[in-house]
Amino acid sequence: MAGLNSIAEGHKKNPFKRSRWNIGLWILVVTYLFYSIGSLGLNAERFLSGIGHASTLLDRMFPPNFERWELLLSGLVESLEIAMISSVSGIFLSLFIGILAARNLMPPWVSVPIRGFVALCRSFHPVIIAILFVKSVGFGALAGILTLIIASIGFIAKLFAEAIEEISFKQVEAIRATGANFSSVVIYAVMPQVFSRFIGFATYQFDSNLRNSTMVGIVGAGGLGGTLFSAFQRFDYDFVAAILITIISLILVWEFLSTLVRRVF
Amino acid sequence: MSSVRKLLQVKELKKEYVSGNPVLKGVDFSIEEAGLVAIIGPSGTGKSTLLRCINRLIDSTEGQIIVNDVDICQTKGRSLRKLRRQLAMVFQEYNLVERLSVMENVLSGRLGYMSTWQAWRRNYTQQDINSAYELLGSVGLAEHATKRADSLSGGQRQRVGIARAVMQNPSIILADEPTSSLDPKTAVEIMELLEKFSLEKNIPVLINMHDVNLAKRFATRIIGMSNGYVIYDGQPKGITDDHLKEIYGGESWLD
Repeated sequence: MAGLNSIAEGHKKNPFKRSRWNIGLWILVVTYLFYSIGSLGLNAERFLSGIGHASTLLDRMFPPNFERWELLLSGLVESLEIAMISSVSGIFLSLFIGILAARNLMPPWVSVPIRGFVALCRSFHPVIIAILFVKSVGFGALAGILTLIIASIGFIAKLFAEAIEEISFKQVEAIRATGANFSSVVIYAVMPQVFSRFIGFATYQFDSNLRNSTMVGIVGAGGLGGTLFSAFQRFDYDFVAAILITIISLILVWEFLSTLVRRVF
Repeated sequence: MSSVRKLLQVKELKKEYVSGNPVLKGVDFSIEEAGLVAIIGPSGTGKSTLLRCINRLIDSTEGQIIVNDVDICQTKGRSLRKLRRQLAMVFQEYNLVERLSVMENVLSGRLGYMSTWQAWRRNYTQQDINSAYELLGSVGLAEHATKRADSLSGGQRQRVGIARAVMQNPSIILADEPTSSLDPKTAVEIMELLEKFSLEKNIPVLINMHDVNLAKRFATRIIGMSNGYVIYDGQPKGITDDHLKEIYGGESWLD
């Protein structure tokens, strides 16, 4: 029993002692939370009156109105086209940008600027990029496509570069030792190790582009979002409901298809 | 000028990973003829470093490594890749591309002879494909050609690794601890395979190993390394307990 009855003299420090910094930080976070609620004027009364508005909106939304289905369909088709074009080109570009951004394959003078570019692509929400493109290339689908290409690069190129940085370098060394050139090494030793993950990122990005393609229209970059926004502004809430139902079914159909795609790979 | 053509000549080779702390302190030897050359020595004495320097997977600090009358330390780009084709590597952990098939792994030994476009389209010549099948047969894995490399056992993977090396049509095979991850029986089989290719194709095989007995059994020549220097170079039967004591230090492990 000697082990548990220490005979050592003196006061040993408890290794799990709470730090004052830790407690202070928590107090700070909670205080700021309450301050924010107060300064934005959030209270129960405001919430209840909001709920009232929501129920009027819902009343006017039902039954959904599909009378203008031609307008709906043309918006939907445009959204799909935007999603398709931007995903294919964005994913294709990301393949190369991702390789250039991988720190284990590229010297810093290549990977650092490329990573900076990718970070830039990620730093803005697609809505902000869409506004910039609408201002610079004009209203319509082209602005939407460019927006979603940038969004795809920001997401896939980054994840793809990280996937490459985690590969086993032994396989790379073995292929390099055969005298293969750099691009053959990438094709034979790098791609086999990361390709299935790349397909995963790509299907996820197509999913995200599909959703976003119905959104960029709100700022005038083409697709179903434009139709949705003008329906809101004209208080055609039953048509709004029809558009929302269409978007939901679009996403569900893709969800079903993407499970099939994943099964193939 | 010596009358014998030297396939590989290592002169005064030095390598420092950290400046002022050399791992190789001046290694000299040359390879003139086919056969198994075992490099023995304790861990950390620079055996792997030596082999990896020869193939330029790492760069040496000083000295010369002459292959085909060219100092590989001074080459780069295309000419370096051309020399690498002749210096095939076999690795301790096999280093197969796990998600590719066995056949693709064997054929990847030809990549040094192909353009990227050909590599991308898997456009191997009929002759390459025939010899790949022949090689897979001779390492006893013909029926595994279409399996994924990571579905094989350790010994089978090393056979594929050897087939890939021979596929390069090398003038020398460099094997870095090829049997250290394997059980004793499989280790002997791998050594027999290397011996067989060395004789059949008339290629010298330079093998790093820990196991002195395995080295004595198979090698036609032993190079003993210790502390960054070569301290024995000659016939396996010429190596004595005194040499081994000098190479590995201590004597309690000798029986």
